[in-house]
Amino acid sequence: MSKIHVTTSVNGDPTEFLCDADETLLDALRDRLGMTGSKEGCGTGDCGACSVTVDGRLVCSCLMLGAEAEGREIGTIEGMAKGDQLHPLQRKFIEHAALQCGICTPGLLVAAKSLLENNPDPTEEETRYWLAGNLCRCTGYDKIIRAVLDAAQEMREAS
Amino acid sequence: MQYLAPTTVDEAVSLLAGASGDCRILAGGTDLLVRMRSDMADPDTVVDLKRIDALKQITPEDGGWRVGAAVSGAEMGEHEGLVADWPGVVEATNLIGSTQVQGRCTMAGNLCNASPAADSVPAMVAAGAVARVVGPNGTRVVPVEEIPTAPGRTSLEKGELIDAIILPERGVRSSDAYLRFIPRTEMDIAVVGCAVSLSLDEDGTCTAARVSLGAVAPTVLLVPAAAEALIGTKMNDAALDALAAACSAAAKPIDDKRGTVDFRVHVAGVLAKRAAVIARKRAGGAA
Ligand SMILES: Cc1cc2nc3c(=O)[nH]c(=O)nc-3n(C[C@H](O)[C@H](O)[C@H](O)COP(=O)(O)OP(=O)(O)OC[C@H]3O[C@@H](n4cnc5c(N)ncnc54)[C@H](O)[C@@H]3O)c2cc1C
Ligand code: FES
Ligand code: FES
Repeated sequence: MSKIHVTTSVNGDPTEFLCDADETLLDALRDRLGMTGSKEGCGTGDCGACSVTVDGRLVCSCLMLGAEAEGREIGTIEGMAKGDQLHPLQRKFIEHAALQCGICTPGLLVAAKSLLENNPDPTEEETRYWLAGNLCRCTGYDKIIRAVLDAAQEMREAS
Repeated sequence: MQYLAPTTVDEAVSLLAGASGDCRILAGGTDLLVRMRSDMADPDTVVDLKRIDALKQITPEDGGWRVGAAVSGAEMGEHEGLVADWPGVVEATNLIGSTQVQGRCTMAGNLCNASPAADSVPAMVAAGAVARVVGPNGTRVVPVEEIPTAPGRTSLEKGELIDAIILPERGVRSSDAYLRFIPRTEMDIAVVGCAVSLSLDEDGTCTAARVSLGAVAPTVLLVPAAAEALIGTKMNDAALDALAAACSAAAKPIDDKRGTVDFRVHVAGVLAKRAAVIARKRAGGAA
């Protein structure tokens, strides 16, 4: 089967890859580009572990074909820290112990970053609804929500 | 599998008409990719609609709105004019899945997936929406309720696609609402869904109504008897009870893990009353 040549941008870097027509963006990121930060929890859109942004919009990379990424701007967890400097959300997740096994964490961080870009001052309820498509089987969510709200406050004060 | 991304509707139609084997349309992909993943679909060709600019637009048309078949739920929720005219259609579409799913899912995809429990479909039916169907033999306009024919089946012919859903002009003192029952607060499939669209006169008398039920029959139902229970009344308790009774009578659900027949029949009436009261308030009538 001939492969599709895709030219895209990942975390601001021009990127090319070859993929099969029926290959998901998640598989292309992980297996073609070696960017294994995005996780596969379910492969069917239910868990959010594969969350990325496409032209700024939060999506499940398991529900999108790699070929659909042509010409789009993809944002992944790998673009979140700036060198050694963690994003405030990443720091707050550590401070609040908002992770245990960590499988859900990249997706939650990407989704939470997208929330704060849309709404810098979300209520707890808004935060819980926005993140309802990100499942965590370990933490019970409370620490995650507290970490996101704390990061939001720090980011508002810093801006 | 072959992946094709046409940039015009004409090109999409000729690709669909000319394709051999199993050819599927790809809009948001939130149903199709799940099916492919679970080996319930194994298409030879996929035709992606998202590179067709015209299908990405929400456009005023004849006093109403034309929503392109590639417009996502999130984009509908961000469109002030559409939300003002058809809050029930938008709230129903925005109930589909998570934030992530909202970034991709479309109304036309929800309709063509033909699930009896599809959330946006009762709201489109109550709104009197029509699907604009484009195919090798030209364009036809089809009431939304005539697209699904059975679970997973539609009345579309080979080579046809829906290029837009058209919502009619919203008159004065008119509005709509959609409610569904799910055991959770998010991320679940409707046990029952109900949409009500109505108009009031200056005295608050209901002058027109359409009522639709989801998840209580093989396809979404339009319930004329439920609308008649409201029309000509001030929507007092007796009229709302008659509405509920008409909806319960129309519901022909099945027993499954989500709910029993008795429960669904009862809840169809309860949701209809509540949705009617919300729509009345939105239309500027009594709260
Ligand atoms: C995690 C998750 C949660 C979900 N929750 C809900 C929910 O709460 N409520 C609900 O109703 N649904 C839900 N869904 C199902 C799905 O998201 C919706 O049905 C959605 O609206 C489908 O739209 P799409 O654009 O992604 O469709 P696609 O997957 O692109 O297409 C669906 C089907 O319709 C056909 N099709 C698509 N567009 C057209 C067109 N323009 N013309 C002709 N045929 C077309 C495709 O070929 C395919 O067969 C959920 C899905 C997931 C993964
Ligand atoms: S892996 Fe994509 S949502 Fe679970
Ligand atoms: S930390 Fe294990 S799934 Fe969330």
